[in-house]
Amino acid sequence: MTDQTATADPAPVKAAKERGQWADVWAQFRTHKGALIGSGVFLTIVATVLFGPYIWTVDPGYQDFRSRNMRHILACFSLPWGEIASCFTSPDTAAVNVTWVHPLGTDNIGRDTLARLLFGGRISMAVGLTAMAIALLLGTLIGILSGYFRRIDGPLMRLTDLFLALPLLPLLLVMVLLFRERLSSAFGPEGGIFILIVCGIGITSWMPTARIVRGDVLALKEREFVLAARSIGTRPARMILRHVLPNVMSPIMVSATLGIATAIITESALSFLGLGFPPDFPTWGRLLNDGVQYMQQYPERVVWPGALISVVVLSVNYIGDGLRDALDPRIRGL
Amino acid sequence: MLTFTIRRLLTAVPTLLFISLVIFLLLELAPGDPMAQVPLTVPPEVKQRMREALGLGEPVPVRFYKWLVQMFWIEPKVFIDWMTRDSWLLGWLPDTALYSGEQRVISWQTRSPVMDIIVQRLPQTLWVVGMAYVIGVLIALPIGIISAYRQYSVFDQVGTFVSMIGFSIPPFFSGVVVIVIFSVQLGWFPSIYDTTHRVVDWETFKVQISQMVMPVMVLALQTTAQISRFMRASMLDNLGQDYVRTARAKGMRERTVVLIHVLRNSMIPVVTVIALGVPSIFGGAIITEQIFKVNGIGQLFITALKANDLPMVLTVAFIFAFLIVLFNLIADVLYGVLDPRIRYD
Amino acid sequence: MKLRTALFGAAASIAATGAWADAHEGERGRDGQLNIIYWQAPSTLNPFLSGGTKEVESASLIIEPLVRFNPQGEMVAWLAEDIPTVENGGVAEDLTSITWTLKEGVQWSDGTPLTSEDVIFTWEYCTHPEGGCAQSSYFDGVSDVVAVDDRTIRVEFSSPKPFPYTAFVGSESPIIQKAQFQECLGARAPECTDANFGPIGTGPFVVTDFRPNDVVTYEANPNFREEGKPAFASVNFKGGGDALAAARSVLETGEFDYAWNLQLAPEVLDQLAAAGNGQVVTAFATSVERLHLNQTDPDASLGEGRATMDHPHPFLTDPRVGQALSMAIDRQLIVDVGYGAAGQVTCNVLPAPEAYASTANDACKTQDMEGAKALLEEAGWTDEDGDGVREKDGERLSVLYQTSTNAVRQDTQAIIKQLWEELGVEVELRNIDASVFFGGDPGSPDTFQKFFADIEMYTNNFAGVDPEAYMANWRCSEIPSPETQWQGSNIQRFCSEEYDALVTQMSETAGLEERAELAKQMNDMIMQSYSIIPLVHRGNPSAHANSLGGIEMNDWDAEIWNIKDWYRQDG
Repeated sequence: MTDQTATADPAPVKAAKERGQWADVWAQFRTHKGALIGSGVFLTIVATVLFGPYIWTVDPGYQDFRSRNMRHILACFSLPWGEIASCFTSPDTAAVNVTWVHPLGTDNIGRDTLARLLFGGRISMAVGLTAMAIALLLGTLIGILSGYFRRIDGPLMRLTDLFLALPLLPLLLVMVLLFRERLSSAFGPEGGIFILIVCGIGITSWMPTARIVRGDVLALKEREFVLAARSIGTRPARMILRHVLPNVMSPIMVSATLGIATAIITESALSFLGLGFPPDFPTWGRLLNDGVQYMQQYPERVVWPGALISVVVLSVNYIGDGLRDALDPRIRGL
Repeated sequence: MLTFTIRRLLTAVPTLLFISLVIFLLLELAPGDPMAQVPLTVPPEVKQRMREALGLGEPVPVRFYKWLVQMFWIEPKVFIDWMTRDSWLLGWLPDTALYSGEQRVISWQTRSPVMDIIVQRLPQTLWVVGMAYVIGVLIALPIGIISAYRQYSVFDQVGTFVSMIGFSIPPFFSGVVVIVIFSVQLGWFPSIYDTTHRVVDWETFKVQISQMVMPVMVLALQTTAQISRFMRASMLDNLGQDYVRTARAKGMRERTVVLIHVLRNSMIPVVTVIALGVPSIFGGAIITEQIFKVNGIGQLFITALKANDLPMVLTVAFIFAFLIVLFNLIADVLYGVLDPRIRYD
Repeated sequence: MKLRTALFGAAASIAATGAWADAHEGERGRDGQLNIIYWQAPSTLNPFLSGGTKEVESASLIIEPLVRFNPQGEMVAWLAEDIPTVENGGVAEDLTSITWTLKEGVQWSDGTPLTSEDVIFTWEYCTHPEGGCAQSSYFDGVSDVVAVDDRTIRVEFSSPKPFPYTAFVGSESPIIQKAQFQECLGARAPECTDANFGPIGTGPFVVTDFRPNDVVTYEANPNFREEGKPAFASVNFKGGGDALAAARSVLETGEFDYAWNLQLAPEVLDQLAAAGNGQVVTAFATSVERLHLNQTDPDASLGEGRATMDHPHPFLTDPRVGQALSMAIDRQLIVDVGYGAAGQVTCNVLPAPEAYASTANDACKTQDMEGAKALLEEAGWTDEDGDGVREKDGERLSVLYQTSTNAVRQDTQAIIKQLWEELGVEVELRNIDASVFFGGDPGSPDTFQKFFADIEMYTNNFAGVDPEAYMANWRCSEIPSPETQWQGSNIQRFCSEEYDALVTQMSETAGLEERAELAKQMNDMIMQSYSIIPLVHRGNPSAHANSLGGIEMNDWDAEIWNIKDWYRQDG
């Protein structure tokens, strides 16, 4: 075990060891069962929302006015025993409102729930991951700079205070006012709004990460191994990348997991306020939001999107756990 | 550390002034109109006269200056008067009577002093949101510690699962779920919070508790999920450190090692998160308050925003900013207490 | 008294079975507490300072006008002894004055008598130039208000007023007490927080506690003029939450007795009502959900000239395009999806009162997709390149369709988008936060007055029963433009000299039948220009517990206008 403090040591053998390090990380990551399952689930969801719309080609915006408020096909199980089988084979005659044309049912104006979930997943995943990445990058960068360099600590933390204090809604309204036209002429209406939303969520949610990372860095830079590294003349950039960053990975991972959930939910709140995507654009958060009022009659309208958001967050959490363990030199060495 | 604190307190004054200026300009720039909720049947000329009656005709710098004077000169006078007249703390002092009818910060929606409304909203906000936060933190810390100490045990797995689901389900959903279960189906708790309820005896206390259970539950779930994750991650980082082995090798009791040494060193990120959350107690919980009709400061803030009630929004946002600056300072001081190696000078 | 019999009759029909007699007789305050939930809470109890519906309704329990409107839109003398007309000599022959007489023995809740002085003061208060009174348009054209004696007031007009029942009529023009408000005129209005939060009134209830945007507590007025009324000793008027929660608290959990403005999906409301604790009641007045078709070009490349009369719209000025868009819409479907019992298909922008409603446009009630397509073909709009969008002379039939953010409106948008795409029209949807959309901020590009879109949708109505001011909205001079800071009520920028002449004619016509004829003519003119496409005549749905009797749902006045007659019955 003692040799593991070698990571705190400015390893003299670089090039050869570097590749080995990532192989080590992967080897350790593979042994983490939760992380493997998490990655599997996550990749499956990504693949489904990416390729699903090519297989299930129903237009998510198309309203089948004659089949409004369809239940999902599993609602057949609510029937008495004898009728279940016939419900699945000929749903049109069943006592519940189901059809194979819309296996997961339709909403109140007859849009196919499965198609909306697939299409909405693309947007929610893209918004969640990108906004989280922006917030994480900004937060980590500012946190580390602020914790490591005493001179800029004050200004950067006052900036953080400012951002924490700004009311979100007027800020987003102002962003929409200033940038919507310009962005939509440059990237098209949907692309423009995507950039606007992702940046909006990103720049309003980096502050907790920055404060947390800074707190850790403040403590870290007084540790012996950092002092040792500094005393042999390690440059700040290398210090940060090699010694500081790996040691603040775990709070960053937690922030990442929580950040995805927050971003997906915030997006739905934004479209609720008319600041998000055009109203006929489904996203998971929005489907959940719209479904809440139908919760007692059509529970599936909240269960599907709610479960998907939870599963994504859970899987990212396990991936984060695995990554954290894999990047932790002490555990990896075992 | 003392000089650091004093220096930070001094820089807080210009910081806060700057923040309030930025918020003011932001609100000015944001589209919106205090007349947006007036019905369309009221003619545009009448709306224009109503705007002028609110003082909207004056230039922006004048209005900001007026707000500054009202907020930092007139409101303190009202507060000191109240302290020396009605409060139990200083009520024995002679009434200072500093306030002599100058215009206070007036809300555009209600045409009454903003501060009075904020004071009126504080009890329910502190009761519900504050209680939820305290409960959330008290549950989260042990969960985080045990989850880390017994990593990948059943307890840890269940804790992870529940807290992640708890965090990823937004309150606009979980709130309605608990109302449907506990109010509609079981009929245990009221779905509407009565802000006029007074606790005078055991019976009324029970009523108060029963109307607080659901909002507190929903809010505490979020807090617990968040803080327990950070606690767990931070404990895990520290449990593997050399000093833990050294301490164990010296024959310290496991309890002492974990709960004194490891915990103390793991508290830095947790203190940060807790300190970030405390100001939001005052800010209230917008969605949860709305769902349970708690009508605390969160509801006040969102209705003011929707009605473009600029003085109200600015004042609430300023108090919020003040608490953020204050609690971030407290967190910085606590870092030094938790880890004496941290120095700011 | 006609009023009493009318009320008793209606109340009896609701009460149907059960204790008819003892429900009406009894001492004041016999029925304990009444719980009302308004999910948008009042921010003040002085309706002159706010103008919002929630403030007007919550104040209507306390302060009252001379005349109210009943559910049929007819005038009912309230604080006035009777309704002055030319026949009974109350209105001058030349229509320049109206003389009101107060009921005898009406007292304020503090025990002092209501006099002419209070009525005159109300006029002074609301027309003070610095006061910013929200209801000052009720006093438009009033040159003076004079006291004939203690109980008689004469309202004088600067020019003949064919419909003189505006000042002191309806819930938005109530009478306040001079003694309480005399120090609060003009710019001093905000200093009177106590008065604004607790006006003294003549109504059935008095305020005991007011918490802005949260809750109001009332108790029965001990000096109320009618014996044995109100039946309730106190009222808890709670605000906050949303429409679903309010509906649930009345219909499902039974915590509240009455909930206001429950615009929810019909299936949700039906399911809540199925719990059996209460029922949903709807009243219709003049609200119409409509599409406005921009007659000017909103293209951003026009810069300053965008959406002004200098640049007519490339295709929406052609009534045939508008007609085709209207024919393609299945209005019944929109009602079924979004409104249920709270909506009716309509083809008029002036749907009520009945005497004013035209029947000339009723063809739009049924959808005619084929006819719409044929009409576009005839107008020269064809899909040459086969991309599903019609074009003519290089112009594509493509529209930006905006509205405020609201679940029902977004569903309506989606339905109409699909129908129009079937017709061969490309549609881009946009929704805007209501506080921006309905705000008049000249700095924002998203207000409904600026109308930087081709089509927009919202609801409008008019207060009271006389459509004169409403129809005058579409005069050429009301068109919003940069010169007027985008203020103005002619949102779709419809302009016709012939129409303006009709507006002038109406303002000079006294006979009710001729006025109705003129109003219909104006309505038809706008409908046939297809610059407005009406969709749904909207009602106001509320819910009350089965145990609550005496409710007469009303959309012409405050909907709780007759709360003095409400009582508790066996649910």
